[in-house]
Amino acid sequence: MVIEALKKENVDVIFGYPGGAVLNLYDQLYDADIRHIMTRHEQAAVHAADGYARATGRPGVVFATSGPGATNLVTGIATAYMDSVPLVLITGQVSSPLIGTDAFQEADIFGITLPITKHNYLVTELADLPRIMKEAFYLAASGRCGPVLIDLPKDIQQAEGEFRYPKTVQIPGYNPTYDGHLGQINRAIKALARAKKPVLYAGGGVVSSGAHELLLELAERTETPVTTTLMGLSAFPGCHPLSLGMLGMHGTYWANIAVNEADLLIAIGARFDDRVTGKINRFAQGAKIVHIDIDPAEIGKNIRVDVPIVGDVKRVLTELLKKTEAKQHPEWLARIEELKNCAPLVYCQEPEGELLPQFVIESIYRETKGEAVITTEVGQHQMWTAQYYKFKNLRSLASSGGLGTMGYGFPASLGAQLGRPEEIVFCIAGDGSFQMNSQELATAVNYNIPVKVAIINNQYLGMVRQWQQIFFRRRYSSVALEKGPDFVKLAEAYGAVGLRAEKAAEVAVVIRQAMAIPGPVVLDFRVRAEENVFPMVPPNCPTCEMIRGDEE
Amino acid sequence: MKYVLAVLVENKPGVLVRVAGLFARRGFNIESLAVGKTVDPAISRMTIEVEADEKTLEQVVKQLNKLINILRISNLTHEPSVNRELVMIKVKANATNRAEIQQIVETFRAKIVDVSLHSVIIEITGNEEKLEAILLLLSHYGILETVRTGKIALLRGSKVIKNGEVKENDKDVL
Ligand SMILES: Cc1ncc(C[n+]2csc(CCOP(=O)(O)OP(=O)(O)O)c2C)c(N)n1
Ligand SMILES: [Mg+2]
Repeated sequence: MVIEALKKENVDVIFGYPGGAVLNLYDQLYDADIRHIMTRHEQAAVHAADGYARATGRPGVVFATSGPGATNLVTGIATAYMDSVPLVLITGQVSSPLIGTDAFQEADIFGITLPITKHNYLVTELADLPRIMKEAFYLAASGRCGPVLIDLPKDIQQAEGEFRYPKTVQIPGYNPTYDGHLGQINRAIKALARAKKPVLYAGGGVVSSGAHELLLELAERTETPVTTTLMGLSAFPGCHPLSLGMLGMHGTYWANIAVNEADLLIAIGARFDDRVTGKINRFAQGAKIVHIDIDPAEIGKNIRVDVPIVGDVKRVLTELLKKTEAKQHPEWLARIEELKNCAPLVYCQEPEGELLPQFVIESIYRETKGEAVITTEVGQHQMWTAQYYKFKNLRSLASSGGLGTMGYGFPASLGAQLGRPEEIVFCIAGDGSFQMNSQELATAVNYNIPVKVAIINNQYLGMVRQWQQIFFRRRYSSVALEKGPDFVKLAEAYGAVGLRAEKAAEVAVVIRQAMAIPGPVVLDFRVRAEENVFPMVPPNCPTCEMIRGDEE
Repeated sequence: MKYVLAVLVENKPGVLVRVAGLFARRGFNIESLAVGKTVDPAISRMTIEVEADEKTLEQVVKQLNKLINILRISNLTHEPSVNRELVMIKVKANATNRAEIQQIVETFRAKIVDVSLHSVIIEITGNEEKLEAILLLLSHYGILETVRTGKIALLRGSKVIKNGEVKENDKDVL
């Protein structure tokens, strides 16, 4: 029944791991024509499904067994929940009569995942199953997207019954608002017409709503610069003259100052996260704030909002553009140009000197022409990716923003590659993070998923080391990784290709080599150990107070 | 300040946990919570009393609204409504002061529902002031145990809650 429902939902790939409580499900998979990717850890299965979902916009599907299988999903579910990624997860559960008896491999995954799912179900009757499946897919991928979990006891998997998949869903307590309030939209239009120093602040909502073209149109028509969050990077072309790049803790100097000087800030599908705002009561102090979001609970949660617009970003922007008139802001743009010149993103790669991480990432950008699908792990390399890779296409970045999950990027790249088989997929990884799910090299080789893992190998948990350097007087506590492993050998042990670059001149060569190989490749970039990410807003400081470099 | 919310929820397993968990994890304070079925057995009604400032209350309501099993939330705080709570109080009592206690009970229009050699159980329904008043008085005799149902509230007159709004009654009342 589950498999039939998945077919009705046009699911083409499932990520999962078998076990006692899902034997029946896996038996049905045996001759079903849906692809199943067996990862080497359930956490990786969720991240892979999440990468698939972010890269395609379609919900990712995960199977896992009861007990430890289900609890291994937790980090992945929380990651997807924080970043509003649509997933449908199906876990086996012990047979209904055994529930609550501490049976073998019983875990209350319904209870455990209550706070990290958009909704979850424990199926108690076979008759409910088709409806629940239908609802799960609908809930996951509508409104503000998110993970939905279905816990399915073994006896219900075994039971036979007539399968009638409902055509429609009726969930009385769930009615997302898609159309924005016209009065508020008009107020936003007026505010934009009056503004002298407007900034658009775009988040992941623009990506999930597919509103990138409308955002571009709005920016160009009103000559308004656009800054994005980490989640929103692929929503606006990074090399567009109106792009300010990312804002926030490791955002560009000019994006943060522009927001600080703005008289109008239009937040679109973003949620004023503390990594973006810094000290919240000093954020965009001089600006009128328009907030467009599909989730009413986000509006007014962290910051006072002058013009609240609840609705789907795409629909709201469509409406907004109907009456928005063309405008120029030569002075404002000149001011931004001035800011850009006064603190550009720079690094100085000596041809024979130590390899710099920024240079490696910029080289990946150059070699892929900004056309690759990128996933990242979490740490310095993630922030350098945000700064130096200029994203061009929608859904070309999958990175754990809200939860900041190390171990996300590599499995996510497998899912992204399966969802976008024709494209080049790079995972930009840290040497620490990669080791959290490096066992997935077996999956990559097993299914020949040709991802390129670029390890920015600084021999440190670099981001933590940077904080210890700056805020704890260089007392480096448990951050060194110099004892390896040898990532080239590791790749080879799994049957993948491993390549290494230690000098600037080798970087482009190995990247090209990797792209020419039709299978998974691990690239070990030996970079300078104590390089830091700048600019940096110290925690709880206003975003205009940035540390701009090591000398400060 | 204290707010009173009437929340209609689908009568499904786990709904109470969802509500309680949401309050706990977002740091909202529940003063009291009472649940029971409505005329429609598929729907339950919760009365939740929340201690919050206005901004927090807004978040409480918005976050509750995101729970899929929640149907309607209405804020009864500023609506004319009848608020009641039932309390049972076990008080130390003996032959010498039982009559005195009986008098207090009558004055408050409460009831003695159980008598033993050394104690009585008093049942009383009322709003907060009334309950606090009797509890204070009875504390002189020694309160052994109390149990409270939590506040329940209903709009006065023929007004009902429909679609989360307060409306004049028409046919289908829950
Ligand atoms: C699962 C998990 N554990 C711990 C952390 C805390 N943390 C954030 S960044 C970081 C270091 C990451 O090191 P690495 O992957 O080598 O990346 P680098 O910063 O060196 O580029 C750590 C430990 C985290 N984000 N996720
Ligand atoms: Mg590192």
